[in-house]
Amino acid sequence: MIAIIDYGVGNLKNVRHVFKLLEIPAQVTRDPEVIRAADAIVLPGVGAFRDAIKNLKKYELIDLLKEQANSGKPFLGICLGMQVLFDKSYEDGEWEGLGLIEGEIVRFEDVPKIPHMGWNTLIKKNDSPIANGIGADSYVYFVHSYHAVAKNPEDVVFATEYGTKFPAVVQSGNILGMQFHPEKSAEVGMQLLKNFKEMIG
Amino acid sequence: MLAKRIIPCLDVNHGRVVKGKKFKSIQDVADPVELARRYSLEGADELVFYDITASSEGREIFLDTVERVAEHVRIPFTIGGGIRTPDDFRKVLLAGADKVSVNTAAVLNPTLISEAAGIYGSQCVVLSIDAKNQGDHWEVFINGGRTPTGIDVVEWAKQGEALGAGEICLNAIDADGVKTGYALGITKAVSQAVRLPIIASGGAGEMVHFADVLEAGADAALAASVFHYEQIPIPTLKNYLRSRGLIIR
Repeated sequence: MIAIIDYGVGNLKNVRHVFKLLEIPAQVTRDPEVIRAADAIVLPGVGAFRDAIKNLKKYELIDLLKEQANSGKPFLGICLGMQVLFDKSYEDGEWEGLGLIEGEIVRFEDVPKIPHMGWNTLIKKNDSPIANGIGADSYVYFVHSYHAVAKNPEDVVFATEYGTKFPAVVQSGNILGMQFHPEKSAEVGMQLLKNFKEMIG
Repeated sequence: MLAKRIIPCLDVNHGRVVKGKKFKSIQDVADPVELARRYSLEGADELVFYDITASSEGREIFLDTVERVAEHVRIPFTIGGGIRTPDDFRKVLLAGADKVSVNTAAVLNPTLISEAAGIYGSQCVVLSIDAKNQGDHWEVFINGGRTPTGIDVVEWAKQGEALGAGEICLNAIDADGVKTGYALGITKAVSQAVRLPIIASGGAGEMVHFADVLEAGADAALAASVFHYEQIPIPTLKNYLRSRGLIIR
């Protein structure tokens, strides 16, 4: 069973639904017992970094999520849920993240339009089982105004180019992040989530 | 590279897709979920659904349609029509919509944009502007294109950006349904005035129209009847746009 973390940031229905289509039992929850019993963790989220961290604190999820990440079970952050995996964000101030992947979140500079909204391509950087079956020039759907800067290049599985090359899929051991919305990225998104399912075993 | 988007628009009345002409003469064409699935498989990049029913009973049917779309379609979609309050945002987002477009209510109460952006994030707030050419400038119209406001379109787009809108859908109401091409000048002007993504709407009749407006600065082109009546198949359109050198998924 996957625990989809409910911390009051964004709509979890589409994320839950896509796992149902993939026939992976998933539960939207913030119950520590359910989270500890889960085989994998999915941390979704849209909106502001500050609100995400504030809510994770409010529901006493910070230490629990760190503990779960260190337990070795597959842990996937999606969109803002990926950004909070990093050490720090500079969105409207300076905010500490979960520190599960080394690096920072910064605003797009020197781009014609913000947010980076729409379909963009994945550029392979490092091999990983999460990349199985994802061909060159596969498109996924993004909507975000801030992007990650990973400290370790080997943590970047796929990058995407928008003004700069930024991490689209990151992985450090059992910790995974996707900046785009796999649940809204048609067949490519489904393939990525199928690969995540394989990692759960 | 970020791709230009092709967006079929579906007007929904009592659970059916309809296509009006200059906001008049309504015609029933299809089941919205079936049509949405077809467009998604054909390569549509996003979808827009407008609720054109006014009754509260119609609203319930519409929300049911939104839920069914969210279950069956794996591309992003926007909901518009009848959105007046942050609570209206909540209802359609909970039903599975990715973005919500506001038009008349945002003109009458601009804080709707900042309130919704504050609660749900700018990424889901689309400011839809009905624009009419008044010779030396373009004027914002509301109430389905019937009521002039005296507001300049470019100024309203800038204000929308400042209030926290995440995207602008610019609908040229003279061009809507007449298939003589998108309004290139105003699309370019708005695209240069704000840093938000721009969806051009109204006027698509031939494939060249899509290329022209995407080259003029639109990030996405929206159309309805050319898709509903299969005058322009989406795969054919996308191949054509690629041949014109545009980045297309």
